[in-house]
Formats: sequence, structure tokens, C-alpha cells
Amino acid sequence: MQERNIEIEVRNLNFYYGKEKALKNINLKVFKKKVTALIGPSGCGKTTLLRCLNRMHDLYVGNKYEGEIIFEGKNILDKNIDLIDLRSKIGMVFQKPTPFPMSIFDNVAYGLKLKGVKGTELKDRVEKALKDAALWDEVKDRLKESAFSLSGGQQQRLCIARAIAVEPKVILFDEPTSALDPISTAKIEDLIVQLKLKVTIVIVTHNMQQAARISDYTAFMYLGELIEVGPTEKIFTNPEKKLTEDYITGRFG
Amino acid sequence: MFQKSPYIETFTRYFLGFWAVFTGFIFPLIIFLILFYESRLAIQKFGFLQFLTSTSWDPVRESFGALPMIAGTLISTFIAIIIAAPISIGIAIFITELAPSWLKGFVITCVELLAAIPSIIYGMWGFLILAEVMRNKVEPFLQTVLGPIPLIGKLFSGVPTGVDVLTTSLVLSIMIIPFMASVVKDAFNLVPSVMKESAYGLGATKWEVIKDVVIPYTASGIAGGLILSTGRALGETMAVAFLAGNVPQIPKSLLEPFTTITVALANQFTEADTPLYLSSLFYLSLFLFIISFIILILAKLMVLRLEKRWKK
Repeated sequence: MQERNIEIEVRNLNFYYGKEKALKNINLKVFKKKVTALIGPSGCGKTTLLRCLNRMHDLYVGNKYEGEIIFEGKNILDKNIDLIDLRSKIGMVFQKPTPFPMSIFDNVAYGLKLKGVKGTELKDRVEKALKDAALWDEVKDRLKESAFSLSGGQQQRLCIARAIAVEPKVILFDEPTSALDPISTAKIEDLIVQLKLKVTIVIVTHNMQQAARISDYTAFMYLGELIEVGPTEKIFTNPEKKLTEDYITGRFG
Repeated sequence: MFQKSPYIETFTRYFLGFWAVFTGFIFPLIIFLILFYESRLAIQKFGFLQFLTSTSWDPVRESFGALPMIAGTLISTFIAIIIAAPISIGIAIFITELAPSWLKGFVITCVELLAAIPSIIYGMWGFLILAEVMRNKVEPFLQTVLGPIPLIGKLFSGVPTGVDVLTTSLVLSIMIIPFMASVVKDAFNLVPSVMKESAYGLGATKWEVIKDVVIPYTASGIAGGLILSTGRALGETMAVAFLAGNVPQIPKSLLEPFTTITVALANQFTEADTPLYLSSLFYLSLFLFIISFIILILAKLMVLRLEKRWKK
């Protein structure tokens, strides 16, 4: 892969929760408009790594980064990075749906309003985001209703619509289907595959079949280290490291 | 061999159940009935509407009407809530969202200490110090600034005395702030962190997260906190007794002296020398009981409605 196809490059990243070292010397390239899956057993640091990419850890005291994460030619771990701007370029979808206490329309419009989008442009972009999130047909007649009136799967697609409405370059998914039933999960997976035409995706998942189904690259992590990363097909059929093979084949995990 | 007895469980259930029902339902009911019984003379003489709407409270002519006290109670409580609400919400926002962790504990302790001060000390401080400042500085200042504005100006007409509705409400508000701030703070702490992270993840600033996510999410908790504090302000006696001026009249401006139900009761029980006078005081306390009850029910309804709106 050529350098210009790289969206985010993590170089020698260490991360500490207080004194506890949670990530050890991570090096990872995330390619543009591809799905990169982070897999590994619980507590291996995959969510921690994901949350470094939009500096979500900054909301809590005592967290410390070392190393570099290059995005748009800049190290986003720099002190003078504009976090508001960074987070509107790198969106995030969480484990459980997190609709805001507002109407369906206002939820999707929220990020756009923060950027000052108004009037018909706002309406058009909300509609487009809901269509891209495959939710428009289900909600177009009830945009004024509370977002809490939607089902869990619909709420999660609403959160995806909310994230894509601001047209980020990257969307981070933190186990987006772990709280959903199989049908809703399938819909979200289809959606993620659709979305990579437009954005770069990094997804943390506990479900190895999910990683195999939807990702182009897979990174296997264990105890805070990145053990192996490569094209998904290769990781799942012919991994280089013994540890990866043991995890993939279900010998531990 | 030790064997679990099924009787212990049954006994515990009935024993605790009895105390819960007794303190929660039977006990207040008994109080209500006693107040009702003791008020019978006044009820016979004045009935419900006349006692509620009459503005004269004249023990010499034995003519008793509750409106000045009821109005005084409601007005001072209402203004106290209006002053205390933004300050309490501000304190809660500071504690939960803005304060660095070392300052957080300190501020919480300070606010809690406010609640530990006995109300008579608030009354003395209010009467000896705050009332002076209000009379000499604050009230003349408010009159010059707000006086010329129509309608609002009327609220500040009259001679500044310092012993009036405004000073009383101010002290009441200080007394309910700790309670209100603590309820609102607890509500804010219930907002799941992923909710806030989602908003940050869209590029929201701290202020936008508070305004758009934290406050709407906790609206029912905030409303509940405000109304529970109303209950406290309604019943406050000691501090108000120092500051109200104890004149049974409906205040026409914030700078007029007035009285409340509790203050009238506290001041006049020892003077009530005729059965009708005493009975009228009991009738007055029955009204306080009913007002508190109604406000509590309104609070419950409001919280339920707000919860229903978002958490279907």
C-alpha cells in the first residue's frame, strides 16, 4: 500500500490509565475507505486504542499518551490540537445506542447544528444521513417523535446516522452490535460495508465472525500489545503468530 | 443443625410492612384528623371559602381569615425558589462537570455545611446583618435601577426596611440551596458517560454537552429537586419569624413586611386566649398541611410526566 492511502498511522503508542500501562508500543496503519477490525480477548486494550484515535480519554483525569498518531499530516496527540475539530472529523458509535433526549430529527441534526448548518440544508442533510443509515423509510413519518420511541436496533442506526451526518473522514465503532439481536446486527453489518465507500472505519468487535465478514484488515491485540495485523483473509486463514492462530481457532479467549 | 425458619421471613415482612404503612400513611392521617378535629370551631364559624379568602386577621374582634398568611407563605417560597434554582443548578454543574477533583470534595463539603447551620442562626444573621445591608444598600439600589420600569418597578415600591419579602426570600433561598444543589447533582451524576461522550464525539464543547444532553436528560430530576425544596421553604419558621416583620397583610411589593402560616402559628399560639382563636390557628395549620400535600402531589405528577416524555 502506498503512503497516501493511509488515513491514520499510529506510531510507537503507549497509553497509561494513571500508572497502569494499558497500551504497549502500538504501531498500526489504518487505510482509507477500508474497514479495520480490532479483535482480542477482553481487557486486551482494543477499546482503549480505539478511544485514543479521537482522544476520548481526555475527558477523564490521569490518562497519558506517549508516541504519535498521525492524521491529516499532524500528530493528533499534540497539546494544541483542536479536539472539537478532531472529533467532528473522527466520529464514534458506542456499544449501546445513545440517543439524546430529543426528537429523531434533532438527534441527527445535532452535530450539524453545532457546525452552524441551518434551514433547508439542515433538512436535506438529515434526510441524507438517515437514508445512508438505512433508517429513513422507518422514521420519515415520525421525525418529531422522541428518539427513545425507537427500537434498540433503530436507535443504533440513528446513532450511526448522527455520526455520518457531519461527514466525518473516519468512524470508530466500539462493539456496535453487542447489545442487539441477530437481525439488527445483520442490518448494521450491511450498513458498515456500505459506509466504507465514503468513510474509513475502525471497529472493535468481540465477534470474530463479524470481523471476518465485514473487515478488510484485522489487528489482533493481546495484553495491551498489537500481536499481528494484516489483511483479514490472511489473519483468519494463515496467521504468522502462534498466539493469533490460537485465538482465531478458539483455543483461548 | 441450624435450620432456617419460614416464620422469621413472614414475621419480618409483616413487622417492617407495618412500620412502613404506619409512618407513611396512618401517622400523617392521624395528624390530619387531629388538626381537623381541633379546627372544628373555626370551620363551623367561617367555613372553607370565607376562611380562605378573608384578609382580616383580627384576634380582638375574633375575625379570622387566612389569605394574608397563605399568600405570604406562597410568595416568599416562590421567590426563594426562583433565586435558589439557577444558583443550585450552577453549583451542581460546577461540581459534576467542571471542578477539578481536588476542588470537588471541598465545594461539596462547604455546601453541605450550609445545610448544617441551624435556621435560627440564619434568622439572626439575616435580621442583624443582611437586613441592614438590604435596607441601606441593596433595596435603594434596586429601586433606582428597576423602579422606573413599568410593572417590575411596582414590585420594588415602598420604603426600604430590610424586614420584608425580599430579605426573607433571600435567606430562605440560601437555606434551600444545599438541598436543591445536592438533589440536582445526584441527578447529573446519573447521566451515563457514553451519553456525554456521544455528544463530545460529534464535536460538542463542554457547555454544549451540559446544555443539550445533561440538563434535558435530567429535567425530571431537576424538577423534582426544585419541588422538594419548595416543601422545605414552605415549612421554614424560625428564620422567617425574624425577617418577615409579622404583619398579617398581603404584600403589595417585595419591600413590604408580611407573615407566613408558620410564623403566625409560632407567634400566636401562646396568645390564643379564646377557643375560637386557638381553633383558627389549628385551621391555619390544616391549610399548611394541605398546601404541602398538594405541592408534593404536583411534584410527583410533574416528574412522572417528564419521565414519560423521554423514556417510553
